[in-house]
Amino acid sequence: MKKIIITFLFAIVAVNAFASGNIHLDSAPVDVTDKDSLKRGAKHFADYCFSCHSASFMRYNRIGKDLGMDEAEVRDMMIFTRDKKGAPTKYGSLMKVAMSEDYARNAFGAPAPDLSLIARARGADWVYTYLRSFYVDPGRPSGMNNLVFRDVGMPNVLWELQGLQKPVYKTIQHEGKDIEVLDHLELMQPGNMDEKEFDTFTADLVNFMVYLAEPVQAERRSLGWKVLLFLVVFFVVAYLLKKEYWKDVH
Amino acid sequence: MGKNLLAWIDDRFPLTKLWNEHLAEYYAPKNFNFWYFFGSLALLVLVIQIISGIFLTMHYKPDAAEAFASVEYIMRDVPYGWLIRYIHSTGATAFFIVVYLHMLRGLMYGSYKKPRELIWLFGMFIYLALMAEAFMGYLLPWGQMSYWGAQVIISLFGAIPVVGDDLTLWIRGDFVISDATLNRFFALHVIAVPLVLVFLVVAHIIALHEVGSNNPDGVEIKKHKDPVTHIPLDGIPFHPYYTVKDIAGVVVFLFFFATIMFYFPDGGGYFLEHANFIASDPLKTPEHIAPVWYFTPFYAILRAVPDKLMGVGAMFAAIGLLFFMPWIDRCKVKSIRYRSGIYKANLAAFVVSFVVLGWAAMQPVNEVITMTSRVFSVIYFGFFIVLYITSKNEATKPVPDRVTQ
Repeated sequence: MKKIIITFLFAIVAVNAFASGNIHLDSAPVDVTDKDSLKRGAKHFADYCFSCHSASFMRYNRIGKDLGMDEAEVRDMMIFTRDKKGAPTKYGSLMKVAMSEDYARNAFGAPAPDLSLIARARGADWVYTYLRSFYVDPGRPSGMNNLVFRDVGMPNVLWELQGLQKPVYKTIQHEGKDIEVLDHLELMQPGNMDEKEFDTFTADLVNFMVYLAEPVQAERRSLGWKVLLFLVVFFVVAYLLKKEYWKDVH
Repeated sequence: MGKNLLAWIDDRFPLTKLWNEHLAEYYAPKNFNFWYFFGSLALLVLVIQIISGIFLTMHYKPDAAEAFASVEYIMRDVPYGWLIRYIHSTGATAFFIVVYLHMLRGLMYGSYKKPRELIWLFGMFIYLALMAEAFMGYLLPWGQMSYWGAQVIISLFGAIPVVGDDLTLWIRGDFVISDATLNRFFALHVIAVPLVLVFLVVAHIIALHEVGSNNPDGVEIKKHKDPVTHIPLDGIPFHPYYTVKDIAGVVVFLFFFATIMFYFPDGGGYFLEHANFIASDPLKTPEHIAPVWYFTPFYAILRAVPDKLMGVGAMFAAIGLLFFMPWIDRCKVKSIRYRSGIYKANLAAFVVSFVVLGWAAMQPVNEVITMTSRVFSVIYFGFFIVLYITSKNEATKPVPDRVTQ
C-alpha cells in the first residue's frame, strides 16, 4: 500500500514539477566569503562525505590557500589517505577517494558521484534540501528514502545528527478519488543536534560545496566591479572623444 | 624616418591604399544610429573568441577520457584560466546576440536589397558557419549536455532517406558519440571553421566597401556627390568619425559583457547549462535535453512538426529562407521608415515568433508548448509568404532624396 502511495506521490510531484517548473526547495543560505563557515563546512565534508565521494578536480592546497589554513591544519582536517608507495598523500594532490567504484557499486548499487561540481550541477538549494530530506522507508536497502531524490542509493549518513524523520501523509482529491499523499516529514527520533543546529551544520556544508564547485567565485566577483568601474571611466573618455570629433558633422 | 619607412612599404605593399580605401577614405553615411554598432561589435567578438580560444587550446585536452577534467583544470589550476574560459563561453553568447541584432538591422533597413545581395549572402554563410562553430565547440567540455545535445543534433541527419544512417556514422566517426567525434569536432572547431569564418568576414567587408553602406533612411549616399571632390555629400570618413564612435559603443558592449562574465557566467543555466557540469555519460540520458539558447528557435520548429524528416526539413527551411530575402522582398523602398504598416506588423510578428519559439524550446514538451510552437512556427514562415505577396505593390511613403538627421 505504502509503495503505491509513494508512487502516486511522485507521480503528482512530477506532474506539478512540469506545471510549476520545480519541486519546492528550501533556500540555502550561501555566502562563500564567510571563511569560518567554509572551514566548518570543509571539516563536515571531510568527516561525512569524503570517505565515499571524491572531489577529484580540487587540490588540498587550494583549500588551504583559499580558506587561510596551513598544510598542517589541512592535513589534520582532511588528508587521511596514502599514495601508492605508502607515503602520506601529497598536499598538492587532487582530492581522490580511497573507495573504488566497484566497491561502491556493490555497497550502494551505484558509484558515489564526484562532488567537485555537484553544487553547480544541481544547485545549492537542491543539495541543501536533499541533505535534510531523508526519511525512514523500510522498503529501501538502507532503510531510508529521500524526498527530492527518490530511491537514492546513498544512506542517510547524517542521521545521528539529525535524528530520524518519518513521512506524514494527507488525503487529497485526485480525479474524484481520495488518495493519500506525503505532506511533510516529522522528526520521530531526535538526533544529537536540534533542528536549528542541524540546519546550520548543513548550511555550512553546502556553503563549502558551493565554494568547491567554483573556488574562484569570490575572486571573480571582487575583480568584476573593478573592471566595470574602469569601463565606466573609459566610457566618459570615449564619449568626450566622440563628441569632440563629431562637432563638425552636421 | 616614419615617412620614409611608410614610403618603402607602400612601394612594395599597398598599405596606405588599403588604409584609405577601408578606413580613412571610406565614406559612410553620417546618419548611422544605434543599430549600426553591431557589425563592428561582431568583428570584435570574433577577435575575442579567436584569442581566448588560442589560450584555451594550450590547456584543453581533446580526449574523451580527459576533456571534462581538463576544463576543470583550466577553471582551477591554470592562472586566470577561469577568466579565459568565461571570456570564451560568454563570447559565444555575445556573438549570437550581436549577430541576431545585426541581422535584424539588415531586415529593418533593407540592407540586403540591390546592390547589397552578396553582402547579405556572405553574411548568411557567416551565420551558418557560426552555428557550426558553436555547435562543435559545445561538444568540447564533454559534459552531459555537450554529449546528448550533439547526439540529438547529429541524429537529425539520420532522418534523411537512404543515406541518413551512413551519414550520421560518417559525421560521428563511430556508432555513438565518442572520442573519434570529439577529436574531429575539436579539429573543425579550432581550425577549419574559424578559417572559413575569417575568409567569409573578409568577403563580407570587401563587398560592403565596394557598394558602400546602407543607412537608416535606405537612400544611396553615392547619388549625391560633391562635384569637385566626388565625395558623397552625406558621407563622412569611417576613420576617425566611426572609429571613435565605435570605441564608445565597444565600451558599453564590454560593460554588459563583463557584467555577465563576472556576475552571471552561467546565465542562469542558459549560457552554461547546469547538466553540463556533470561529465558525459553515454549510459545516462538527461531528463530534459535543451540546446543552448541561440539554437532554440530552430529546435522549437523541429519539435513542432510531428514527422521527423518534415521537422528537419522545416528547421533547415527556417534558416534557408533567410538566404532568399533579397528576392522574397520585392519592395523597392529599403528602410522600414518609409514602408507600409503591413511590413512593420509583419516584421514585428517575425521577431516575436523568433523569441517565443526560442523560449518554447527550452520548456519540457507538453501539449501547450507543442501548440505554442506550432502557432509561432506558422507565424515565422508566414513572414516570408506575406512579405512575398505584399511587397510587390506595397503602399510606401515617399523616400527623401538625402539622409535625414
